[in-house]
Amino acid sequence: MQERTWAASEAPDSDAAVGGIEKYRLPLAVAAAVPVVLVLIYTVGDKDTGLVTQSVVTGLLLGGVYALVSIGLTLIFGVLGVINFAHGAMLSLSMFLVFWLTSTLGLPVYLATVVAVPLMLGFGFVVQGGLLNRLTVSGNHEGSLLVTLGLSLLITNVLLMIFGGRPLSVPGSLEGAWRVFGAIASYERLIAFGGALLVALALTLVLNKTSFGMCIRAVSANSQGAALVGVNVGRVYALTFGIGSACVAVAGGLLAPFLSLTPTVGEEFTILAFVIVVLGGLGSVVGAMVGGIVIGLVQTVGALYLPGTGSLILVFAVFVIVLLFRPQGIFGVTR
Amino acid sequence: MSLLQVEGLTKRFSGLTAVDDINITVADKEFLGIVGPNGAGKTTLFSLISGQLPPTHGRIVFDGVDITGWPADKVASAGLVRTFQLMRPFESMTALENVAVASHHRFRSRRDARRHALAVIERVQLDRYVNAPAGSLPTAGLKRLELARALALEPKLLLLDEVLAGLVPADRAPMIELLGDLHADGLTVLFIEHIMAAVLALSERLLVMHEGAQLALGNPHEMTQDRAVVEAYLGEDYA
Ligand SMILES: Nc1ncnc2c1ncn2[C@@H]1O[C@H](COP(=O)(O)OP(=O)(O)OP(=O)(O)O)[C@@H](O)[C@H]1O
Ligand SMILES: [Mg+2]
Repeated sequence: MQERTWAASEAPDSDAAVGGIEKYRLPLAVAAAVPVVLVLIYTVGDKDTGLVTQSVVTGLLLGGVYALVSIGLTLIFGVLGVINFAHGAMLSLSMFLVFWLTSTLGLPVYLATVVAVPLMLGFGFVVQGGLLNRLTVSGNHEGSLLVTLGLSLLITNVLLMIFGGRPLSVPGSLEGAWRVFGAIASYERLIAFGGALLVALALTLVLNKTSFGMCIRAVSANSQGAALVGVNVGRVYALTFGIGSACVAVAGGLLAPFLSLTPTVGEEFTILAFVIVVLGGLGSVVGAMVGGIVIGLVQTVGALYLPGTGSLILVFAVFVIVLLFRPQGIFGVTR
Repeated sequence: MSLLQVEGLTKRFSGLTAVDDINITVADKEFLGIVGPNGAGKTTLFSLISGQLPPTHGRIVFDGVDITGWPADKVASAGLVRTFQLMRPFESMTALENVAVASHHRFRSRRDARRHALAVIERVQLDRYVNAPAGSLPTAGLKRLELARALALEPKLLLLDEVLAGLVPADRAPMIELLGDLHADGLTVLFIEHIMAAVLALSERLLVMHEGAQLALGNPHEMTQDRAVVEAYLGEDYA
């Protein structure tokens, strides 16, 4: 006897359909804008074609690096609502961990990265589970800020104590480069770019295709509602921070070969990583990927016209313009 | 046998006593209505029983186990589940996923959890919204989603906080029918509701709360004759 219906007057799904188109308008606009701008630069940009191609390739690869650094940050930010001020320091920590594994144990750098991943996962799990959970669960975000800031200082100074302030480099990396359309792409940066794609893909699969990923999304959408259906929110927080830290470990390992390591090397990425996370949409892995590439391209191609720090002005201009039209970021959802 | 025992349950918020010495015993398969004016402490009572708030005093025994002080997720996993007056859906996820998060506690495999979630969605007649994002559902749909999520945990005791509020009258009757069916299938229910017709149609016993305290507990039809109850709940004009 389930004949009687409810809400008969409401037309189902019409809202959802509208939302569906709305949702993709800006991502499509951004995707269209990038090639249009590039074509313009090639045709009427008044620059040497080879130079432009090299900037595009460099920009794409730099974007991959940025994306790699931002993915862990967006996950933690999106799910826990916590701004992890220790993100840069954790990136440095990962790089020095990889440095130590290569220099003392003699592991090849990419194998060292594989070893660093579970170590950083455990580190993140303990930091969130032990230090931050009580603050996050009670919604004390100022407290979390202070704790992560303190953690950042601690990590940086411990690294300084152990390794000193002199720039170090990871031994035995992969030399050489690939030539595309007359431009040069170093193998190390290509691998970093591939790594970013792989991490983004793996994370997207985990979030959308596993029960645990579903719990993460549920906690991110509404932690109280999640607790209500039996999800152990504290444990999800700790594991999410762990997974975010594992992403940072991948970033550290893949970036270490072409950077000179100082205890503050990670901090140099922090501001741009935050810009990318907000631009792409808080908590959106795809957003971090796209945001990273857009920022990388703007920075290097922009440098053709505004050399030096001028290209950073362009980066922030793009940031402000996008947020003006879409405050939740390119792939963000309104909350 | 009693499924839930609440002894001397009290909650103070700096000065205000929101719940004041409540003592109730709920039998297995019972349907207990809870009424009281706005601010009587009904929702706070649910928050205490389901572990969202720690009580100031008192004890909660569920299914023979003292669960006082347990965290909310542990209470829910034990089979004591509440719904919220203000719905708390996972807006960015589909209706099916919303329910599957709960099902996944009863079924380890993802496929089984989804199949179970689908069955629950059919039970509350949400089929047409299965793949719609929860954020796009109309109020009546959200109420059913909230119910479906709770049911997916296969609770022994269900605490319903104003599931009829915000529904247009035409949507109420089918919801009342559904709740009656769930009770007939053996579910124990605590039911907070302002709409007296629904309370009287479903409840076997009635708890009346007033300013946090337990004003009366007993047969609902006898109670509507009680002068003090009518005054507290309906206002003196009705007395
Ligand atoms: N977290 C809190 N802090 C302080 N006071 C609170 C808190 N939660 C509830 N109260 C107060 O406790 C009293 C009881 O509130 P409660 O929400 O339990 O009432 P209710 O019976 O559910 O009312 P309604 O019928 O309007 O839903 C109210 O005076 C409310 O303002
Ligand atoms: Mg209430």
